[in-house]
Formats: sequence, C-alpha cells, structure tokens
Amino acid sequence: MTVNGQSRAGDVEPRTLLVHYLRDDLELTGTNIGCDTSSCGACTVHVGGESVKSCTMLAVQARGEDVTTIEGMATNGELHPMQQAFMECHGLQCGYCTPGMIMAATSLLAENPNPTEAEVREGLEGNLCRCTGYHNIVKAVLQAADGGTNGGAS
Amino acid sequence: MIPATFDYVEAESADAALAALAQHGDEAKLMAGGHSLIPLMRFRLATPGVIVDIGRLSDLSYINDGGDHIAIGALTRHMAVETSDLLTTEVPLLAHVASQVGDPSVRHRGTIGGSIAHGDPASDLPAALLALQGSVVVKGPGGERVIPAGELFTGFLETAVGPDEMITEVRVPKVPGAGWSYQKFNRRAQDWAIVGCAAVANGSTTVSLVNMGPTPILASAVNDALASGADVDAASAVAAQGTEPPEDLNGDVEYRTALAQVLVKRALTEASGG
Repeated sequence: MTVNGQSRAGDVEPRTLLVHYLRDDLELTGTNIGCDTSSCGACTVHVGGESVKSCTMLAVQARGEDVTTIEGMATNGELHPMQQAFMECHGLQCGYCTPGMIMAATSLLAENPNPTEAEVREGLEGNLCRCTGYHNIVKAVLQAADGGTNGGAS
Repeated sequence: MIPATFDYVEAESADAALAALAQHGDEAKLMAGGHSLIPLMRFRLATPGVIVDIGRLSDLSYINDGGDHIAIGALTRHMAVETSDLLTTEVPLLAHVASQVGDPSVRHRGTIGGSIAHGDPASDLPAALLALQGSVVVKGPGGERVIPAGELFTGFLETAVGPDEMITEVRVPKVPGAGWSYQKFNRRAQDWAIVGCAAVANGSTTVSLVNMGPTPILASAVNDALASGADVDAASAVAAQGTEPPEDLNGDVEYRTALAQVLVKRALTEASGG
C-alpha cells in the first residue's frame, strides 16, 4: 500500500488491523487507538481519500490502497489548512481525538466544501472528544472551510 | 482486542468467492466492508476459520434502474446509497435510511449487502428493505434465486441465505410518490436504534420495526389493522403486538413497547403527510 505518499510493503498476519500495522509496523503513532470498537474515531485515517476507522479494517483489506495518516497532512513543513485552523481556534484540549478529528474533518470538507455548522456537527458524529471540546473543533472546521482551500482531502 | 487467527482468501470474482465457500464449508465467512463482522471478531463473538474477502468486487457496486425497481449491487457502500440521485428520487426512504447508519467513516466502508446479510435486528437497512417489500438476489452453486425480504430474516443474525450462497444484489420497488418515514430513537449520535420504525404508504401502508425482536420484523399487527381500516391511533396502539422486544440497559419490554407505539404513530403520521 501507499502510506503518506510512500510505498510500503510487508507481511502481516491476516488478523492484523490497519491501525496496528500503521502504529506498530510503520511506527506512525500519530493515529491513536481509543475505544477499539469503531465508536470513537480516534483511529480515523484516509483510505482512498475517504475517512475510515482503522481499528475496523484489516491491514490486508488496505492492500494496494492509498492511505494517509495525520503524519501525511503537513507538506514541506507547512501545516495542512485544517491543522492550522485547529491550532488557531484552539480546537483541542487534551489532543487525543485531534488526529482523528482532523482526518474526519478533511474528509467531510472534501465531500461538502461549504458545510453549515449543523452539517459539521453531523459530519463529525463518529468522532468523540473526551474533553467535550466540540465548540472550538466545529469552529476550526468552519474556518478551514472558509479559508479558500476548503481543507481538501489528502 | 484482536480477532482470533483465521486464513484469508481474497476473492477476485463472485464465482471465486462461491468456490471458496464450497471448499471451506461452515468454517468460511464472507467479508464485504467488514463493519459488522470485524467488531464481532474483535470481541471473539465470531471466530471464523476462513475469511473470504469480497470487498474488492467492484462489479457488484452499482445502483441501476431496473424498470419497476432499483437494483443495488451488494457491495455498494452506504455512502453511495445515501448520495444516489436515482434512489433519492425513486426510493427516498432507502437513501435516507442509509444516511442514518453509523457515521460517515462507517458509511464509507459498510455495504448494503453486508448489512442485510448480517441481519441484525437493531440495524437500519433490513427494516427499510422490509417496509419497501424489497428482495435480495442470492447466488449459489445451483444458480441464482430471489428471496423476498419477508422471508429473509429467519433467526438472530440468521438469514435464509445458505452457507454456500452470497447476496449479489438488493432490489427495491420504485415508490417515487409514496409517503414514507423512518423513526430512529437513540440516545447518542451514531448509536444503534433502541427502537426504530420504517413506514411506506403507497396505496396500502407497510410498517417495519427495528430492535423489537430477534430479527428485523414487519409490524404485522399494525399492517393488518391499517388494512382493516384502522386509523393512526388505533393502528399504532398495537405496534408491539406479536413482537418479542429485547431487554437491555437501554430499556425493558415495557419501555420498548411504549417506544414502538410512539414511533409507529409518528411514522404513520409523517408517511400520510400529516
């Protein structure tokens, strides 16, 4: 598979989950594991440009796919507009949900470049913030949408 | 939580998947998007010896106009169903119900065929298929057959699809001008329905219930009452008749009975344009 633009190959047990392959084999630990039950969204990555919960996908299902993790969002040291917006709006408290939120939010804007606040909240329904800091997260996504670049999927 | 070990077969065609099922028998399980099966495997509630991955069968991902019905390939993702212009026009209930499944990341991977084959009484799409009086096309060693939705769900997480068969297509009748409603009651976004109700009013009215028994079910008492001329109040009063609602932390039988009555009333009212 391609991960953050780099071709990666390896042998895994069929039962290896994508999130474990990313974290343990590729050492891309920016993708967090939260609930382990596809509820919380902390493990959200992009597969083929779309948000996916990597705890509910086998690594072998991603064979040949284009995968992007939070580590692949910044380019040449420049934060992705969504990352920038999260920073400026303080769209995080403890930060645990943040990588997943950013991946889900960029996927949302790729499908709906100019969402309403309600659409942002609904679009992020699969991502839980344990600090309940949703207000600034939503603000950040709306700012990224207004930023002219529309967040843009990876 | 990591699934138990299994052997993995990536099917390159529906026929290859059927051959793998024939070869491995009861040990084998089909996986489409995996969004019902992987969670069960992680909890070790399912420990299949062989996974036959049909997730790459893109020729089974389509939404076609079949004349009097819409034909949806079994591998069509929920997001594609939700955003289909054809379905939004011809079978708006189905597009809406697909948008109520899980959350966007789940809908990017989960498939209509997988959800229906899983047959979870608490899931949304089987109830929609029942209310629409749709059907599934099943392929097996003996060729193809069509199973009407009303005969599909046979027991808890069990369907009339044989162990050597697979669902290849879901068919729903076109109902462009029909009244419809989907009522899903849950406490948190993205949760399963504690109780749900789908209704389609197209001349006669068909109502189905979510999470009111071991399988997705038709609200037969409601449908019979409506056919006999009962009004909304009288029909919704019998919503739970003949059902076997589960009991869990979200609600006991009495609570689910009351919820079913309220949701059926709302659904009938909305579907009749009230």
